Amino acid sequence: MTLLRRILLRLLTMAITLIGVAIIVFFVIRVVPGNPIAMMLPPGAGEEDIARLKALYGLDKTIPEQFVIWLNGVLHGDFGTSITSRQPVLKLVLSRLPATLELSIMALVIAVILGGTLALTGTRRRGTRTEGTIDIVNGMALSVPDFLWGLVFILLFGVLWPVFHISGRVSPALDLPFVTNFYLFESVLRLRFDIWADLVSHMFMPALALAIPLAAIISQLLKQSLKETMHLDYVTLSRTKGYGENHVITHEALPNAVLPTLTLIGVQFTFLIGGTVIIERLFSYEGLGNMAIDAVINRDLPLIQGIVILFALIFTVVNLVVDLTYAALNPRLRNG
Amino acid sequence: MADARGLVKRRAGVRLWLSASWLGLLVLAAVFAPLIAPQDPLMQDLFGARLPPFWEAGSDAAFPLGSDSLGRDVLSRIIYGARLALGVALIAGTLTCLIGSFLGLIAGYFRGWPDMVISRLVDIWMAFPPVLFAILLIAVLGTGLSSIIIAIVVIDWTRFARVIRAEAMSQGAMDYVASAQVSGRKRFSIMLAEILPNVLPTIVVLLTLEMGIAVIVEAILSFVNLSISTDQPTWGSMISEGRLSIHQAWWVLVFPLVTLFLTVLSFSQLGEGLKDHFDPVLR
Amino acid sequence: MSFLTIENLSAHVGPSPILRDVSLSVEAGEVRGLVGESGAGKSMIGKAVLGTLPLAVQVTSGRILLDGEDLLAMRPRDRRRVIGAKAALIPQDPLTALNPSRRVGPQITNRLVDILGWTRQDAQMRALELLHEVSIPEPERVMRAYPHELSGGMRQRILIASAFAAEPRLIIADEPTTALDVTVQKQILKLIRQMQQRHGTALLFVTHDLGVVSKVCQSLTVLFGGLVLEDTRVEPFFAHPSHPYSAALLAATPKYTDPDASLTPVPDAVIEGVQAEIAAHDRMQPHV
Repeated sequence: MTLLRRILLRLLTMAITLIGVAIIVFFVIRVVPGNPIAMMLPPGAGEEDIARLKALYGLDKTIPEQFVIWLNGVLHGDFGTSITSRQPVLKLVLSRLPATLELSIMALVIAVILGGTLALTGTRRRGTRTEGTIDIVNGMALSVPDFLWGLVFILLFGVLWPVFHISGRVSPALDLPFVTNFYLFESVLRLRFDIWADLVSHMFMPALALAIPLAAIISQLLKQSLKETMHLDYVTLSRTKGYGENHVITHEALPNAVLPTLTLIGVQFTFLIGGTVIIERLFSYEGLGNMAIDAVINRDLPLIQGIVILFALIFTVVNLVVDLTYAALNPRLRNG
Repeated sequence: MADARGLVKRRAGVRLWLSASWLGLLVLAAVFAPLIAPQDPLMQDLFGARLPPFWEAGSDAAFPLGSDSLGRDVLSRIIYGARLALGVALIAGTLTCLIGSFLGLIAGYFRGWPDMVISRLVDIWMAFPPVLFAILLIAVLGTGLSSIIIAIVVIDWTRFARVIRAEAMSQGAMDYVASAQVSGRKRFSIMLAEILPNVLPTIVVLLTLEMGIAVIVEAILSFVNLSISTDQPTWGSMISEGRLSIHQAWWVLVFPLVTLFLTVLSFSQLGEGLKDHFDPVLR
Repeated sequence: MSFLTIENLSAHVGPSPILRDVSLSVEAGEVRGLVGESGAGKSMIGKAVLGTLPLAVQVTSGRILLDGEDLLAMRPRDRRRVIGAKAALIPQDPLTALNPSRRVGPQITNRLVDILGWTRQDAQMRALELLHEVSIPEPERVMRAYPHELSGGMRQRILIASAFAAEPRLIIADEPTTALDVTVQKQILKLIRQMQQRHGTALLFVTHDLGVVSKVCQSLTVLFGGLVLEDTRVEPFFAHPSHPYSAALLAATPKYTDPDASLTPVPDAVIEGVQAEIAAHDRMQPHV
């Protein structure tokens, strides 16, 4: 299959998936009991006011009609207006997206470094007690989800030994000179390392909680495929050329062992992003997930829709990127 | 090397027994909660609020693990919380397992359009952030035990469907299935009589893991105050409250957290242990 | 003086011996066959020399002298350098001996650049020269190719070229033709022989095939159960093998008996005799 056909096929499935997600969310949330309009009006407002507001938000039409109107808007870049804050959904969502992206990518980086180090160490020391210990640590880390790791870290590093912030994204006292919401990124660009340190100190605990299960998966799978690769002839041949164990692992075994791990990281990264919803809540981190939970509690239908669609979009894009990276890294697929 | 493998295997056995014992203990606690709980889990006593656990000064022997900010006994609440946690694990786990496995079997064995539809649905489901989906469903269904169970089933059926579909597919390609088909039996009966027994070990493993996940989902929903009515003790709501008074009374958070941690770990280790047990290659 | 000398080499996997007091030597420029059935330990000897024994194998005694230096007494880092500079391996399976994710060129030149300190240009030139020498058409293109784009025979030629790249004084060929088609086998064998003669390299040829030995080797060592049964020149061996096992092995090899006669497998009585010999040898050993 050529690369182009591969991409087109993936784009098609992406579109189908996104429409499916849109339909499901749209219909599910319209069954929500509890009238969002009633919450917006002062007590004693008349029937007329309610009808006017309903018309304003399009809630007076049938559900399929509402869907068509909404979909038409989305295709023109209009995701509607948030009921609680009365601001455009797109604007709200985009203002929170950078925080969630920074958190997810930080977690991914931690997971790759942690998992990769464990896998390489385990391979280097295969058959020893060190490897046995790594296996047990992996098993533990995999068994417990991010939510619980988050709570454990809050207890350990927020209370018992308070070295990290466990609440918020940045200290409120800091004056932020930023024009974008990519604080972490922009703080580096502006060489404001004081703010950068404060951001990292806030982000590290939630990111680590998100990273631990993924790190364990990476470590487990990468170590397994490294160990399988270490038996292959080209690895042996490279040893006879005079290369040491470390070089053999990183230069000969790793490039081949990394491919299956890469595919897995893709799928698992979407799980990680899904995990930000509760982790952001747990650490009061001002990202999309936290906003989403508030939106559900406040019955803010347009905002819920917007956020869910955005998450679905991120998930499918991540999958696409992974698929393409895999194709680009694998010489067999690249030329075939 | 042989020694290292033996060691790992022995440790795996120990882990399996520890996990099973902890879960057994929890089941007993849940069943006999009224007999063993030292206090009424709902009884408030503002004068006996934030009593520390038994080994610290100022503790009360009637409240061995201390009391929360409303003076309720932490141990009793954990014991009663086990009822809900295990109940959700059992019911939601089983229902998820039945529905997910059935759809997976159909998709994997019948292929064709049922597979198309189910796989596409799985794809769409995978594009939802699961926690957000659960919260959304609870918002729609309203809080309560049955809502939690429905939410878990709706979110997690794909976990079974995906794995069982792949297994059923590889089983379906084997000779024994082909010969059963030649004999003219109905495909549905072949699926239940030939395929199902062969994927059953996987289903059991997934079910064990799913029970751990159900406990976590319930705790997460309690944590965002969307589980069941607030006056019923759940581990999640205890954690949520404990999180708020963490600097004044650490035990309100720590004990339910440790309980939840051990329970989730046990379900998971039990599942992994069963997987090794069923898979002679790994063993 | 011989270039490679192995003295009383013994190795175990757990409690069971896999090499029993093996001694053999390869003279400079000589081709020695190392013959035995599978499991005889012949590949283990090659691996011991090149330092690629599996983790489970433990060398319990003996010396391996390469160009007069005792490999087993060296620090691992120095040993790797010496082996990388003076010895090379032609592996068994060309399909798995080239790294699938790297282009062919660097896999030939990496030893020259990383271990021996050549410049990239010199190494590149050398690789092209060698690819030409092993009759690979369009060497420039092949250097840029990935292994999966080349046939098995091509890959084995590349591996041969790569083995000769640093002008090693000793090459260990580990059943280099076993994994190839019969038609390709002959060409590869001829090529190895030609290259060996042209470069004057000593060659330790590990094989189970006496037919191959008769074509390529000057001397040979017969191995069973990790024990050396016979160590001799090729001509007397094929005329009158001195050990009963060698005779039986020869009888079991096509072409060297009457081609029409049915081949006789090694008789059980001979095997039992060898096993008794091994048992007698083990009794002589102090218990480890």
